[in-house]
Amino acid sequence: MTEFHGWGRYPRHDSALISPLAPGEVASLYDDADGRPRAGLIARGAGRAYGDAAIGDSATVVMRGLDRIRSFDRQTGRVTVEAGLLLADLIGVAMPAGWFPPVVPGTRFVTIGGMIAADVHGKNHHRAGGFGDHVETLTLALPDGQMVTCGPDHHPDLFRATIGGMGLTGMIVEASFTLVPIQTGWISQRTVVAPDLDRALAALRDAAEATYSVAWIDCLARGAALGRSLVYLGEHATPADLTARAGADRWPPAVGGRFTVPLDAPSMMLNRLSVGAFNALYYKRGARAAGQAMLVPWDRYFFPLDGIGDWNRLYGARGFVQYQCVLPMTAAAGTLADILERVSRAGHASFLAVLKQLGPAHGDLSFPMEGVTLALDLPVSARVLALLNDLDRLVVAAGGRLYLAKDARQSPATFEAGYPGRDRLRRLRHQIGAPGRLSSKLSTRLGI
Amino acid sequence: MTANALSKTLLVIGGSSDIGRAIASRYAVAGWQVVLAVRDVAAGTRNASDIAARSGRAVPVHRLDILETDQFAAMLDGLPVLPDTVVCVVGDMGDQARSEADPLAAQRVLRANFEGPALFLGMIAERFAARGTGAIVGISSVAGDRGRASNYIYGAAKAGFTAFLSGLRNRLAGRGIRVVTVKPGFVRTRMTEGMALPGPLTADPSEVGRAVFRAAEQGRGEVIYVRGVWRPLMMVIRAVPERIFKRMQL
Repeated sequence: MTEFHGWGRYPRHDSALISPLAPGEVASLYDDADGRPRAGLIARGAGRAYGDAAIGDSATVVMRGLDRIRSFDRQTGRVTVEAGLLLADLIGVAMPAGWFPPVVPGTRFVTIGGMIAADVHGKNHHRAGGFGDHVETLTLALPDGQMVTCGPDHHPDLFRATIGGMGLTGMIVEASFTLVPIQTGWISQRTVVAPDLDRALAALRDAAEATYSVAWIDCLARGAALGRSLVYLGEHATPADLTARAGADRWPPAVGGRFTVPLDAPSMMLNRLSVGAFNALYYKRGARAAGQAMLVPWDRYFFPLDGIGDWNRLYGARGFVQYQCVLPMTAAAGTLADILERVSRAGHASFLAVLKQLGPAHGDLSFPMEGVTLALDLPVSARVLALLNDLDRLVVAAGGRLYLAKDARQSPATFEAGYPGRDRLRRLRHQIGAPGRLSSKLSTRLGI
Repeated sequence: MTANALSKTLLVIGGSSDIGRAIASRYAVAGWQVVLAVRDVAAGTRNASDIAARSGRAVPVHRLDILETDQFAAMLDGLPVLPDTVVCVVGDMGDQARSEADPLAAQRVLRANFEGPALFLGMIAERFAARGTGAIVGISSVAGDRGRASNYIYGAAKAGFTAFLSGLRNRLAGRGIRVVTVKPGFVRTRMTEGMALPGPLTADPSEVGRAVFRAAEQGRGEVIYVRGVWRPLMMVIRAVPERIFKRMQL
């Protein structure tokens, strides 16, 4: 048995570890070496899901050994890759050839299989949809030991259930999708200052034409400044944009791990005072730079936290939870104000707070819906968990839901209320014999 | 990538292994034409298409079983060009307890780690000597630096391979042919899957790839430990007197 935890380092569970080394081995893992069926398997990628989604109920299949690029057509940008390939690795190969993934999440240290299983969204969801929208075909090892290739036109039910399906329909082995052409590795970024929540939401709405948009929100601001934000709009820069920056490398290399958090920070380090001071400074600095476009290297624009190795240790040994909800547009303003008010009043310092606009999604269990998503990081404590239960009620009342890839603690009732596609997924799981065979700590906790 | 490098060819014996893949990738990134020789063609093709996708250059795969020594000449004659560098990664740790009890199992380990690699690189050396250029890299092991109770069959074969490489280097010195011995120490690969490995002593396959390229192509070292910490460590282990060492049960 091995102790597993997600990126938030909470909760921790024992699970057996299985590491397939070739795609052909995956389907046979549903049985043990003696041919007896195994129960409670789930595939795991790079372990970047925050909570318990990638911890097998009894065994965890670590897919990192399946990290080969099967093909890459430099003319069309179409790639076929094994599920355990790291996004960072794909970008490293694709970018110098002038291609970029159509959708990326906030860290590049995730696997492609994990991106599909969580149907990850990026700063371009309002225009490009989730990563799952770009998958053309994927190969899945089903619980009966069969390998099946599915896509929008091929076993569409299975495909729809697998996009965002948290690994509960089979183990993703391979996937094909097409990259988007880019001319440089730089993002031309414009900052819009929003002094309160209404203006932050308006700025995101007005930015519908921008390729990328995201708001950093000061979740400790109160009163008239509640919800004050810096809205970052981004476009892929052209070579002409680069002339402004003399000597700029057209494809800037990733600056990884400039600083690594060496050990668990004392949990009081991120308190109301320190984060409040940081937020105030950060807001002022951003406000000064607002208006003019600036060039930002791709990695710092898309993956700012990747520059700090093991940043999850900043939250102390007890770990942290990320609370990411999405709210339908109509309810967004009122409910967000309520959530921010409560978080601010409780004085819990969330170092990271992000606001984004999302469009509709396709998977039965995909997180995005047309509306606004808020993400907060909070250190685990009894008080924080109680606060989050209160926030769940607000989210459910507003018709919203919580992101399963980030979840470590929501109740079955919150899940049931938020995911109307759940029963379709359950029916499909029955059809393919998944119940009992494929289950994670998350799926058991929520009764998926 | 230099114009010079574009015309160079690397042959990896054992190209389906994690270390073989990492070395081949390192050379491919530098613009080399890479050729893999493997026993398991399906596994080799998986690595070859990965390296080809990353480098934009096709990677041919040839079948070669290091125990089939009588096939070596035909395999070498079948290559379109004599490579500029040959790296031999093949090895088989076997199971010490099994090797002690079963001479056939022991023979397999001895042949896969010593006889096969030595004979193959010996044939390559002849051809390189006739041409007057080339680099030969043998992946040996720290296990060959001193016999230990826990793996001396494997260690003895690796010791033989290390001595072979040393002699070959000695013979070819000054004749335009470089011979490099690499002792990776612990590496995170499928061979060490499930073992508890000490972090500071354990390298990733990509570190081995970089170390080989540095030594063979940039002239930085002839007998190299991938992680420098192994050199003083093995110096100490070699220096322990036998009467003490035999009681240590390493």
